[in-house]
Amino acid sequence: MKPTSHAFSNNAHRALHDKTLQQALAKAGVGFVDKRRAAIDGLPEFQALRQAGKRIKDHTLANLDHYLLRFEAQVQASGGQVHWAETPEQACVAVLDICRNANAKMVAKGKSMVGEEIAVNDALEAAGFEVVETDLGEYIIQIAHEPPSHIIAPAVHKTRGQIAELFEKLHHQPGLTRPLETVPQIVDEARQVLREKFLASDVGITGANFLIAETGSTVIVTNEGNGDLSATLPRVHIVLASIEKVVPNLEDAAVLLRLLARSATGQEITSYTTFFTGPRRADDPDGPEQFHVVLVDNGRSRMLGGDYHEMLRCIRCGACLNHCPVYSAVGGHAYGWVYPGPMGAVLTPLMVGLQEGRPLPNASTLCGRCEEVCPMSIPLPRMLREHRRQEFARRLTPPRARWALAAWAYFARRPELYRQASRIAIKLLNLLAGGNGRFRSMLFAQAWTAARDLPAPQGDTFMAQWKQRRKP
Amino acid sequence: MRVALFVSCLVDLFRPSAGFAAVKLLERLGAEVVVPPAQTCCGQPAYNSGDFNTARELARPLIDALGFYEHVVVPSGSCTGMLVTHYPELFKAEPLWQAKAETLAARTRELSAFLAEHGGDDFIDASFAGKVAMHDSCSARRELGVFDQPRALLAKVSGLEQVELQDAETCCGFGGTFCVKYPDISGRMVADKAEAVAASGADLLVSGDIGCLMNIAGRLKRMGSPVRVYHLAEVLAGMTDVPAIGEPEKP
Repeated sequence: MKPTSHAFSNNAHRALHDKTLQQALAKAGVGFVDKRRAAIDGLPEFQALRQAGKRIKDHTLANLDHYLLRFEAQVQASGGQVHWAETPEQACVAVLDICRNANAKMVAKGKSMVGEEIAVNDALEAAGFEVVETDLGEYIIQIAHEPPSHIIAPAVHKTRGQIAELFEKLHHQPGLTRPLETVPQIVDEARQVLREKFLASDVGITGANFLIAETGSTVIVTNEGNGDLSATLPRVHIVLASIEKVVPNLEDAAVLLRLLARSATGQEITSYTTFFTGPRRADDPDGPEQFHVVLVDNGRSRMLGGDYHEMLRCIRCGACLNHCPVYSAVGGHAYGWVYPGPMGAVLTPLMVGLQEGRPLPNASTLCGRCEEVCPMSIPLPRMLREHRRQEFARRLTPPRARWALAAWAYFARRPELYRQASRIAIKLLNLLAGGNGRFRSMLFAQAWTAARDLPAPQGDTFMAQWKQRRKP
Repeated sequence: MRVALFVSCLVDLFRPSAGFAAVKLLERLGAEVVVPPAQTCCGQPAYNSGDFNTARELARPLIDALGFYEHVVVPSGSCTGMLVTHYPELFKAEPLWQAKAETLAARTRELSAFLAEHGGDDFIDASFAGKVAMHDSCSARRELGVFDQPRALLAKVSGLEQVELQDAETCCGFGGTFCVKYPDISGRMVADKAEAVAASGADLLVSGDIGCLMNIAGRLKRMGSPVRVYHLAEVLAGMTDVPAIGEPEKP
């Protein structure tokens, strides 16, 4: 996916004026927030669990090489294979090779953000494979030819009406459920279409929420069961996972699963939580003949031990998106790449470059709500500020902003001069306001006055009045 | 008890009456209030713009100007957060300055937190007949954990009824330079906040941060809302006869 993060301002402007999008966002946002709150209020030990989760991730990241090698050995011991990919290209090549060797034609795909990151669908289609997304949200955006706008609810930007319209257009054949007015009717229709694709697929690709080093298992959580069908019906199962998904053992995964479901959807546990360990064994009733795990780095090992190390604790719950006032206002597409919201504003510049992703860390009031709700206590505002520091150091900040900052700093460093200059400016502003107490518009301040009046200053500075008052 | 007041640049420039309200309240506690003249700005605009060097250049003289007082009080959650949370981080590579920054951080309090900590039952002598909503700035609420203190203080104002805002924990969209860098998004956020204020039935909106208040007051004025906006200190000091933020000087 070609990033458009550099155009964030324009993207955001369009999003704010898109009425349908605004309707969809308004509806989704409140639901996520209320459900999470209820789930957390119902679990008194949530904060203790959060600390335990953080400790597990910190420990694993400090020993990542050990746990990844252990995971690989256990996958091999259970009859599977691990493929190491440093870059998205290497990851796609690994997937394509597996598909070619299996003489595959059709690929059923479960939801995977790493899959979006490495653009595996594009690679598969370019190589002549048919790919079907099987998560309902992913299926909707696949047929709409759009990227996901949320990391756990990829089609959250679409209204029910838009989805019905898409289905009408694409599934225009007799025998399918009609009409498409209610959510169950829409889900039924997708289910009918997708069921045949599952049965016809040669390869199933799923993501992974966790990798268990102790057992060589991969774990996914879904609410639709599509991941299970993608993994068990086709002959070959490929798991796409980034390297920071590994945890030492099943107990650790259990702690993180409790945090993940509550933070993501406000559920105590998702409808399906599935552990996959190796291909089908002799006495298994079903399962794939081959089991592959493609481990993707894509810049993560460079984050280890650096300023963004703690970002590797992220378990992709989406709570920071749901609670972000900026995400809630503009939706995910405005961010212009795979990961939106606060976690996306940290990750995107690291993965597509600071030049391209520059606006994202700036598009935040640093209000701190993301860090507050993050189940992994990731200091997201600190990292957004760190991006800004690097942006400033590399002189990527727009010249106007740099000059304004330099001019202001010139005065702020000189208290006596600052005092005199600010006093003149304040008296002038007060005079200009003409007793109205505010400006409805002002030259050089249109950015402020477009949406609100500018309150006028009171007449003199505090420091000047204080000096007067102290005179005997 | 000697208290150094770091008045903060927005109070100094736009709302001196909030500074004088703070002085009045501190003096009612029996404090001797000092305003060190070397203060300008805490450096937050530079810090949040990624210019850490300028932020440090502004922080050093302020640390020296304030650090020798037993108590430092700031009528702003955001500037308090800068002094308390971010100065020690800014100097993590300079142990000498970091130690000084930590000393200052330990002595610095946001105004309402200081008043709630040191004030007895009778130091507030103010009345207001009407409903008042408190807006918590993100820095006060999340960086400093200041939430109960302003409400406890407002409860001491006679005749005053407190109301809470819907979605109170959501940012108002000010965010320092954010409001001019992303005016569309900031405009949307403050519109939502102002709607919540209007829907609360409050006669007055107060907060400990002038940045948020100028933003929300500006939007309320644009909407034509009659809700009046004051710094928390002004209401606690009984100074609501001063024109509210954004109100004409003479009615």
